[in-house]
Amino acid sequence: MEDMIFYDRLQFAFTITFHYIFPQLTMGLSLIIVYYKWRFLKTNIEKYNNAAKFLMKIFAVNFTMGVVTGIPMEFQFGTNWAKFSELTGGIIGQTLAMEGLFSFFLESAFLALFIFGEKLMGQTLHFLTGFFVFLGSWASGYLILATNAWMQHPVGYEILENGKYVLENFSALFSNPWLLPAFLHNQIASIVTSSFVVASIGAFYVLRNKNIEYGKLFLKTGIIFGLVSSVLVAVPTGDWNAKNVANYQPAAFAAMEGIFETEEAGAEIVLIGQPDMVQKKLDNKIAVPNILSFLTYQDWNRQIPGMDQFTEEELPDNIPALYYSYHIMVGLGTIFIGIMALSVFFLWRKKLFSTKPLLWAIMFLVPFPYIANLTGWYVAELGRQPYLVYGLLKTSEGISPTVSSGNTLFTLLGFVALYMLLGLLFLVLVGKTIHQGPTPQKH
Amino acid sequence: MEVFWYLIIALVLAIFFILDGYNFGVGIIHLFFAKTEKDKELITKSAGLFWDFNEVWLVAGGGMLFMAFPTFYASVFSGFYLPLIIVLWLIVFRAIGLEFRGQFNFQMWKDIWDTSFGVSSLLLALFFGIALGNVVRGVNLGGVENGISAYEPHYFFLPLWDSSFSPLSETPGIIDWFTIIIGLIAVLTLAIHGANWIILKTNSSINNQLKMVIFKLTILLAVLTIVSLLVWQLVNPNSLDNFIDKPYLIIFPLIYFSGLVGLFFIKRFKKEVYGFIASTLVIVGGITSSLASLFPVILPSTHDQNESLTIYNTSATEYGLSVALGWGIIGFVLVIVYIIVQKRLLSGKIDKMDYGH
Ligand code: HDD
Ligand code: HEM
Ligand code: HEM
Repeated sequence: MEDMIFYDRLQFAFTITFHYIFPQLTMGLSLIIVYYKWRFLKTNIEKYNNAAKFLMKIFAVNFTMGVVTGIPMEFQFGTNWAKFSELTGGIIGQTLAMEGLFSFFLESAFLALFIFGEKLMGQTLHFLTGFFVFLGSWASGYLILATNAWMQHPVGYEILENGKYVLENFSALFSNPWLLPAFLHNQIASIVTSSFVVASIGAFYVLRNKNIEYGKLFLKTGIIFGLVSSVLVAVPTGDWNAKNVANYQPAAFAAMEGIFETEEAGAEIVLIGQPDMVQKKLDNKIAVPNILSFLTYQDWNRQIPGMDQFTEEELPDNIPALYYSYHIMVGLGTIFIGIMALSVFFLWRKKLFSTKPLLWAIMFLVPFPYIANLTGWYVAELGRQPYLVYGLLKTSEGISPTVSSGNTLFTLLGFVALYMLLGLLFLVLVGKTIHQGPTPQKH
Repeated sequence: MEVFWYLIIALVLAIFFILDGYNFGVGIIHLFFAKTEKDKELITKSAGLFWDFNEVWLVAGGGMLFMAFPTFYASVFSGFYLPLIIVLWLIVFRAIGLEFRGQFNFQMWKDIWDTSFGVSSLLLALFFGIALGNVVRGVNLGGVENGISAYEPHYFFLPLWDSSFSPLSETPGIIDWFTIIIGLIAVLTLAIHGANWIILKTNSSINNQLKMVIFKLTILLAVLTIVSLLVWQLVNPNSLDNFIDKPYLIIFPLIYFSGLVGLFFIKRFKKEVYGFIASTLVIVGGITSSLASLFPVILPSTHDQNESLTIYNTSATEYGLSVALGWGIIGFVLVIVYIIVQKRLLSGKIDKMDYGH
């Protein structure tokens, strides 16, 4: 039984992590593409149109990867989490089916039009198709987050005698207090990713002295979008999410903040420290007193329950991973604001394009927004443990009753192999597109 | 309400098999008949343009199945665990085969992805047929052995095969000679369908040869259809009951056979689209006849101990199904609008179309 759950969880974690590499770029990038198309419509400067079409090529590769890794996600609910699907399908099936019908159709229909139809349609229509692609990808994010929000904070349900969760109030799924903060935070985080990617491509071109015109454009767009989104991802949206966790999942909150002992008046905020699960304390701690209480409740002396207030059963099962994920996300978020503010300052003083070290830094920053996004999801998902549906259904009660761990391990290994191949191809193709640049020679 | 969602999902899946079906078929044809690079490129393009839009029907159908019949979704997806995951892998290979072939311009690269596209299309068609075979044959619900259920009565788990490869054995696997026959029927049907699509959508140099191919494959298909009908009686003696009780259901097998007969006249059709319509009828008729023979059962149990899964004992609640109807209608209207917009803007033969890149 134990290893059945372990492999199921590992497979889910692995496949969703891989899947989420792609949508986080497409959701943000579609916004930047729409922005360039809009600039082109207003100014009629060819540069913007080429930039949009170039980014669309990168988008298309990501989109393909998003689709092929997304289909296994949907099916895994049935294959690996059959009991969970049976019990909650009447509820989360709603939002998942809506995602299929409303967003994926929209996105894929208009993507084909955007890529193949520019000459057939004229510019205004072409802009609109781009806009619909954007809309589709955001709708997709919204509906999947509605699904996840229900798992984090179940609402609008009723439990039948046979243990099934059935829908009692459809609109409650969308007025779920968990949903809006999570959606905004997540979408803005995906803009962080895409603006860093765009800025990095720009830095690459400027440093290599190639496609300079586009390099400068990408850098400029990238760091301005980057600064705005980096700020917004922390305040107000990150803060809202933290408040939600503190209110609705206090055990997860204590664990991610690393509060082992409840303090009488006012909780400190931990900046650095390693959780020691045996002695139940943080090693090498650096912390600032009372800040956490203030940030969470605007009250310096408000008591925040620590992990000592919860039983083993109620606490997440992997506290160190949760704690580190949270601190990596927040730490990176702080660094992003710093670097982007500095870059925008240099841009304003007209020194950005000649400040080589800063350009190198921007270029190599690319992996970090991905890491921040993924660790952010680990916070959400690990914090929800040991529940699959918070407070109601344990993760161990959700797996497929008839699939043995040998079979799950087999498919897990298969996914690892397949995704390594996919990842390699993806890098080659994106590398090639970037190398060719926005104005490829006709071959 | 259950019946309504059942029909909707059947419709969505049928559309998936019509649309993505031609892609599987294109893959199969491409694997065996495309020789020159120009043809290969045209043929892969005729599939590549819309694959993700076609795939969405599968995703949407899966989502709706999850929403409307959660117990069925859970039971079938975990019970057919291995083949489903293998199908997922094949879908990945097929998609990247199509998307990535054109990205580099040297022969080896193209050959790799052509083979990947062709082989995975072939296997996918085979697996989908086998899946249908399993559904009509039925499974050991509850894992009953010596009169005792090993699991909850609506769960099961099938291995890929049982050493006897017989549907009549005590513990049939997913692949046995009956399901293989259905699998082959699916391969033939989709190959014909794909060939029709190529004829319709391209001016490849093998269009005339393909008509001959369709003709020969149709003969094979007719033979296998008759064989399968006979052995189906053996595997599931009640398979015709529904048609006797409700004679109007005969319409579905009639659709199938009208398509089949139509295909014999492939060389005389004046318009290319007639061939495509004929193979579409075969697909629709085949799927609907199988479903009609089971209705309202969706997964028969092979023993008396546990009852078969039906649309009534696996569905979500009335409330859930009816709110879904609300958004479902809006969604479908939108989808139809997208399709009209898309087809109007991107119609005609592929080789005349100007690509943006
Ligand atoms: C670029 C990525 C990124 C950055 C810089 C941040 N986040 Fe974040 N965070 C995410 C990307 C992300 C995410 C991946 O998008 C998550 C996962 C679930 C979600 O809705 O958003 C998330 C979730 C998430 C949660 C919810 C955890 C749960 O659901 O249990 C909290 C409390 C925060 N974040 C807080 C913050 C704070 C205070 C930040 C301050 C700098 C911050 N995040 C920066
Ligand atoms: C893309 C972002 C996501 C990431 C990176 C992510 C990550 C993870 C991780 C790491 C686990 C394993 C947890 C553990 O081992 O303790 C997990 C489990 C799970 N997640 Fe997510 N998740 C994401 C989004 C979602 C969404 C949107 C849903 C729901 C629709 C979801 C549903 C689940 C389920 C069902 C499990 C398995 C049960 C469990 O171990 O909790 N995840 N996810
Ligand atoms: C368990 C959770 C998830 C499931 C079941 C899932 C399912 C899917 C599926 C089936 C597709 C392919 C759609 C198509 O055919 O076009 C897809 C793509 C996509 N997914 Fe996920 N997904 C999950 C997690 C997420 C998360 C957390 C996000 C973002 C917040 C997300 C955003 C997207 C987007 C934007 C696409 C469109 C393709 C792209 O832009 O790359 N998904 N997903």
